[in-house]
Amino acid sequence: MSKTLLEIKNLTTSFRIGEEYYAAVDDVSLNLQENEVLAIVGESGSGKSATAFSLMGLHNRAKIEGEILFKGRDIANLPTSKMNKIRGNEISMIFQDPLTALNPLMEIGKQIGEVLLLHKKDMSKQERRDYSIELLERVGLPRPERVVDQFPHELSGGMRQRVIIAIAIANKPELLIADEPTTALDVTIQAQILDLMRELKDDLNSGVILITHDLGVVAEMADRVAVMYAGQIVEIADVESLFVNPQHPYTRSLLSSVPATDFAQDRLHVIQGIVPSLKNLPREGCRFKERIPWIEDTAHEEDPQLHEISENHYVRCTCYQHFYFPEESKEEQTNGVTES
Amino acid sequence: MWKFIVRRLIITMPQLIVLSLVVFILASMMPGDALTGQIDPNISPEAIEQQRERLGLNNPWYIQYGDWVTGVAQGDFGQSYRFKMPVTDLMWDRMVNTFWLSLISVFFIYALGIPMGIISGRWNDKLIDQLITGYTYLGFATPLFIFALVTLWVFGFQFGWFPTGGSVASGLEPGSIEYILSKIHHLLLPGLSIALIGLVGTVQYLRSEIVDTKQKDFIITARAKGAPEQRIYNRHIFRNSVLPIAAFFGYEITMLITGSIFVEQIYSYPGMGALFIESILLRDYAVVTALVLLFGLAAILGALLSDIILSIVDPRIRIK
Repeated sequence: MSKTLLEIKNLTTSFRIGEEYYAAVDDVSLNLQENEVLAIVGESGSGKSATAFSLMGLHNRAKIEGEILFKGRDIANLPTSKMNKIRGNEISMIFQDPLTALNPLMEIGKQIGEVLLLHKKDMSKQERRDYSIELLERVGLPRPERVVDQFPHELSGGMRQRVIIAIAIANKPELLIADEPTTALDVTIQAQILDLMRELKDDLNSGVILITHDLGVVAEMADRVAVMYAGQIVEIADVESLFVNPQHPYTRSLLSSVPATDFAQDRLHVIQGIVPSLKNLPREGCRFKERIPWIEDTAHEEDPQLHEISENHYVRCTCYQHFYFPEESKEEQTNGVTES
Repeated sequence: MWKFIVRRLIITMPQLIVLSLVVFILASMMPGDALTGQIDPNISPEAIEQQRERLGLNNPWYIQYGDWVTGVAQGDFGQSYRFKMPVTDLMWDRMVNTFWLSLISVFFIYALGIPMGIISGRWNDKLIDQLITGYTYLGFATPLFIFALVTLWVFGFQFGWFPTGGSVASGLEPGSIEYILSKIHHLLLPGLSIALIGLVGTVQYLRSEIVDTKQKDFIITARAKGAPEQRIYNRHIFRNSVLPIAAFFGYEITMLITGSIFVEQIYSYPGMGALFIESILLRDYAVVTALVLLFGLAAILGALLSDIILSIVDPRIRIK
């Protein structure tokens, strides 16, 4: 049995708007084993990136409640000076947009060297440079001894993302947080980057939290998936059960919004409405209720909880038992569920 | 890097030629010439015509231009009508004075403006920022010549802390410690006046750049690396924010050399600006022409300096 690397208990991250605090991440509990990939999926604004930023302590003026136990130690609300010893060292992060995530005025080698300088004080300048070249080679950049002296604008998007990955793995982190690592890249490059990440994860035996809205990436990479909506986890399951047997209306809507390549579906499902803004989040009852108005109110729980419907498969609210797509009739829906 | 500088230098050549042409044409369009009003009115027109011929004033304009440019290139700007001495000799002392005034102004502008901009940008919307920003609005609204008059009156006449005119106290041995101290003493008040008004642009630029830069993605990357806040400001935010200031540096110097005209006049500081105004009022055309050419030259060199500095600090600018 592998060890638990990270345990998040009742994490609530709130931002101040005017005089009041609004929770962007609401009572999220998760855990992650070593060498496991947990994907967090959801639309923009569902709180998935806010969760990742809370783990890194990167929020500027947010109120963070709950516990973030990293290797048994609570790192929520750790003072910056202590957090700085962990960030980039034991926990590191890969960012969404490689075009803006690198300092345009600093050589690649110095940007990698910085994370070494900060955490490996005994390394000399030459050692840092040599190790940077080694890392660049490790992430598959051609001619690393040239790249090390180049500036970000001289590299392509895919190459820059490899540089960012090199920075992230420089200190062999135990936890790697990837915030939409492939969103800004071409499809062909995406596959390469995902392959690279999986390879590195196995090498370093580190846990990975993969934030994405791309279900293809989830299927490719993840061991377990947490689906977030409006700051809450609505469903969490092993990747197979989630794709084969999705339960929560939101998960099912997401999955049926993905174009299939077999042309069986002639129209894509569109989820009605948009994710409510932070200020207008419904704080009571089922948060997804507004976007499935054809489901009777009685189907929802008053204070929706996560229910374990099979081993390691949790679903929030009772509405999943009554959910059907408006395109189908109610009778078809019952067959639909048993089929899948 | 060197390629870029050489290429940039080559570009300044046609600029210089155009500048000299414009100055020459403007000068020849001014009424009168070297002989008007300088000579005894009783001399016969034939004798004057003879002199004109001898001085080359009857030559076609391009030959006159050629003569003039040849002279200028050798440092010969002709004679000042008023001071009856070569313009070059006349300007030299003035240039040195203006140079020191500009230098001390630039020093105060950056020594005060950069820390103010950094503080204002780092703690934006805090009380300290509001105070600094409030000051910059006042500074923008205050004309320099009014401000200079007020400082002169308050610190020069009322308190008597600073001399009210000249560039050095009389009767001191040039080169001695007292002489240098007296020079500095004379420079402080005009220099500070220029700087206190001149720095507002720098402060506002720097502030808005810092506010902008600190929300950039690469700052989050730096935080995620575990870099302490001080390092983030020094290594990542400041360097990226200082680009427009660096780009502006050359123009700033140009503006100081040409722009201290009023201040020099107000403080009776014997610099090029004061000389320029006096020469215009007395129609000392040779001096005016030389000064216009010098100011133009300063503008071209300032732009050149700006480009070179920018190419040093921003790798994206460098031309391959």
